[in-house]
Amino acid sequence: MNLNDPPPAIRVADLAKEVKSGETPLVILDAVSFSVAPGEAIAIVGASGSGKTTLLGLLAGLDRPSRGEVWLHGEALGALDEDARAALRGRLLGFVFQSFQLLPALTALENVMLPLELAGRPDAETAARDWLERVGLGARLGHTPKQLSGGEQQRVALARAFAGDPAMLFADEPTGNLDGATGAEVAELMFRLNRERGTTLVLVTHDLSLAARCQRRLRLAGGRLVADEPVASGS
Amino acid sequence: MRFTDLALAWRLLRRDWRAGELRVLAAALILAVAAMASVGLFSDRVKLSLASQANDLLGADLMISGDRPLPETFAREARARGLAVSEAVRFVSMTGAGQAVAPVLTEVKAVDAAFPLRGQVLLVDQALPQGRAARGVPAAGEAWIDRRLARRLGLELGGRIHLGEITLRVTAIVFQEPEASTGFLAVGPRVLINRADLAATGLLVPGNRAVYRLMVAGGDVEVYRAWAQGALQRGQRLETIRDLRPEVRQTLERAEKFLGIASLVAVLLAAVAVALAAGRYLRRHLDASAMMRCMGAPQRQVLGLFIAQFAWLGLAASLVGALLGYAGQALLASLLNFVSASGLPAPRFFPAAQALGAGLLLLLGFALPPLFALASVPPLRVLRRDLGLRTGGALAYALGVLVIAGLVLWQAQDWATGGWVLLVMLLLLAACLACARLLLALLRRLPHRGYNWRYGLANLRRRPLAVSLQVSALALGIMALLLLTLVRGDLLRTWRATLPADAPNTFLINIQPDQIEALGQFLKARGVSNTSLYPMVRGRLVEKNGRAVSPRDYVDERAQRLVDREFNLSWMTELPKGNEIVAGKWWGAAALPGPSRAPDSKREQLPPDGAAKGQEGGGMSLEQGIGESLGIKLGDRLVFDIAGQTVSTTVTSLRKVQWDSFRVNFFAVFPPGVLENMPRSHITSFRAPAETRALAGDLVQAFPNVLMIDVTEIMAQVQNVMDQVARAVQFVFLFTLIGGLLVLQAAIAATQDERQFDAAVLRTLGANRRQLAAAQLAEFATLGALAGLLAAGGATLLAWLLSREILNIPYRPDPWVWVIGVGCAMIGVALAGWLGTRRILDRPPLWVLRDVA
Repeated sequence: MNLNDPPPAIRVADLAKEVKSGETPLVILDAVSFSVAPGEAIAIVGASGSGKTTLLGLLAGLDRPSRGEVWLHGEALGALDEDARAALRGRLLGFVFQSFQLLPALTALENVMLPLELAGRPDAETAARDWLERVGLGARLGHTPKQLSGGEQQRVALARAFAGDPAMLFADEPTGNLDGATGAEVAELMFRLNRERGTTLVLVTHDLSLAARCQRRLRLAGGRLVADEPVASGS
Repeated sequence: MRFTDLALAWRLLRRDWRAGELRVLAAALILAVAAMASVGLFSDRVKLSLASQANDLLGADLMISGDRPLPETFAREARARGLAVSEAVRFVSMTGAGQAVAPVLTEVKAVDAAFPLRGQVLLVDQALPQGRAARGVPAAGEAWIDRRLARRLGLELGGRIHLGEITLRVTAIVFQEPEASTGFLAVGPRVLINRADLAATGLLVPGNRAVYRLMVAGGDVEVYRAWAQGALQRGQRLETIRDLRPEVRQTLERAEKFLGIASLVAVLLAAVAVALAAGRYLRRHLDASAMMRCMGAPQRQVLGLFIAQFAWLGLAASLVGALLGYAGQALLASLLNFVSASGLPAPRFFPAAQALGAGLLLLLGFALPPLFALASVPPLRVLRRDLGLRTGGALAYALGVLVIAGLVLWQAQDWATGGWVLLVMLLLLAACLACARLLLALLRRLPHRGYNWRYGLANLRRRPLAVSLQVSALALGIMALLLLTLVRGDLLRTWRATLPADAPNTFLINIQPDQIEALGQFLKARGVSNTSLYPMVRGRLVEKNGRAVSPRDYVDERAQRLVDREFNLSWMTELPKGNEIVAGKWWGAAALPGPSRAPDSKREQLPPDGAAKGQEGGGMSLEQGIGESLGIKLGDRLVFDIAGQTVSTTVTSLRKVQWDSFRVNFFAVFPPGVLENMPRSHITSFRAPAETRALAGDLVQAFPNVLMIDVTEIMAQVQNVMDQVARAVQFVFLFTLIGGLLVLQAAIAATQDERQFDAAVLRTLGANRRQLAAAQLAEFATLGALAGLLAAGGATLLAWLLSREILNIPYRPDPWVWVIGVGCAMIGVALAGWLGTRRILDRPPLWVLRDVA
């Protein structure tokens, strides 16, 4: 790697996570190392319990590793306290979850506004409206999550994730709760926005067709990285 | 905290409010603040009225009063010091206005031209609603009467009143005079006359408790005060506005404390509701908190946002509560209209602000721990839903309990009272909880049929602690109201029923010895016979077992007053009806020296010769209660001062007196042969024929100095005051009941998710809407019934204790307490529960199940 090159969007070195389960420590993740270039789209795949979600949590600084280190845009997460990691998340990351994680008391518009408001952005409402238009929900701003379908909820979540203009999007099974056709639509929207914004995408999924749309596929098994391979059909 | 965050917190609050997350919390807070503000504002107005009137109240800077004419030295000394002086005599007399209307027991004040030295007398003037300031005082031969007397006697300007042996012309109607403005505890209507007329009335005879006053005002009253203080004799008092009417002030302070503490019961229940609601808020916002952290908000910011949100909520709810408090205090003032008769000053802002602050404190005390827990939710929860449900446990409520304890101490105003109230509150709550759990356990043993009941009751059983809490909270409110309505009425009726039908209803006092025969004939002619006349001598206790007695020897206020005042002493041969010797021996007729007999009119006119000075009588009998108050035991040697002569005696018996017999009774009774030559008057009581109006009119005509006291009228007045007080207290306890309902709502809200899930599962299994509604109804009706049972049981227990220990009347259980208590509670709680849960049935089960998934 040339010193003048920009740092990788994500660099992971010898990452491990163990939790105490009774007497013996339970190894969830062990010796995982990889890098992701800016703008690259990677899929983390594996069976249930393989450590995918744990890895995503560590990458996002939502949890601390037992060993190893994660660098986001060259900044080591291990050196940061929780609040500094939160600030980093606010600056760099957007999230999409399997269960959407919209706040039920808030309307679609308010859900999208929330991260912008937390960041103190004065244009929160305009930006949020704008993003909801882009995901095709311009007519449903005042609806609460309960009044929206699953696909619509996930589109609100996408608008929320992209509204903060993040450098990276972390998506955890974004289509897991959706039926095939709706899932495909949401995936299409996500990849399109990702392309348009040049966002680095980290996608956790066990849906191979979704993984196939990424450039690279990391396969986890039993907490270890067993394969790091380019996807032939990746665009 | 950034300003944008404050604004964001406000927006977040509005969003949560719209979603209905905070309504119970806000309602609980509004209730607590409204309860505190109502009582606080009202007490403050009463205090303010006392303070503002205090300056005019004396009509002087300093007042010396005595129950005998004051020695000249006080006035002379004041004049010598260049101070203004005014002398007045106050006494009670019957005032009549011809045959057409019954004479009225009136307070008469005879004043000199200098009256009043401070403040002014305001006279009624059609043109001036606030009254016109009077110039001078009534001239000789004139009387100024107050509005009450004018109304009672049907008098207008120019009318005539009969006072003792003279007739006076009414030349003014008094709107307000110094002292009259006290409003509370005013005995009767008032009349103001010139001192020059006093002697001619012939009313200042022994037995008339006249008060002689010297009012002083001007420059250096403090130096005079110091001098006068040293010159005071027994029976003389010096008052300045500073020590004005301590008994009124004390009564009010006690009333204020009582109402304040009563309102705190509502606050306590509101606190339980706040705690429950805050707990629910915590559970409902775990995701939001984790999400915000995930979006990059530091913990500090999240905590700040939640606290700011609650602060906004607290401020808004407390403001609404304070506004309701304004309405509440106005209602209290109108319920207690005998207090506001003289017009209360407008409420001030301060007590409302205090209540508002207390409301915020309450919210923070109970909400802060959950908010801290909320802000420390790990952000990883966005990926792992099982994380983060960590409440502070029991410790989290320590802050809230501290706040409550602080509020109780603040209202009680001293450590001891506050400590007791806290202890009683805790015990009451613990007893309620224990009883509720017992009832729940019994419920389990009852056979119940049908799905609705089984499911409804299972719902109660699965949350025993929460249900016990709800039952207790509701029971407290219901019990307070039952006591104040049904039980109070019962006790009063029972007490009235214990009075004999022929209990005397009329007292005649101030009868002079030379009137006895004529009065006896007068009464006989009007169908009143067999009246016993009792002689009465006024004397002051000056020594006990060789030591001088002074009011300062006693801590108890009643004892101080008793010692300060002159006793009514009497003598008799036989132990009177309704009296019972509890210690020592009553003198038998045989043991008495000479042929003296009980009051006998011929004897009264011919008192035996011989000075009583230092006389050793045949002992005396003291009423048990006064003996306890004054620390006097059997065998104690007492010395009384009677009109300047001393009589020493030994306590040879203690009596228990049934005071509510309405017969004439005395604290201190001597055997015949001791007091006969002292200046005395007589007193009698009898049951008057139905038409007392004519009797009173004739009586005043024939015996102008005799005072007639109509017991029925006084009872009606007392009853009226009691009714008003009870209504005011009921109003305060209404807050308690609402508090109980709020706890119910908060508990329903806290279990909303569980209930929704249950309902969804049941509907999936084929239960229809009607069945679910019936099960819910069964649950809440049972909850209400338990609360009603507990309340009725508590009220009955208290009624029994009151009857037995305090009122000494037989206890009659009232089945209505149970019927109404349980019935109303069942219906009310079922209704409230249905209102709280009906939305559960409106949600399609699929939504619920999908949410949970």
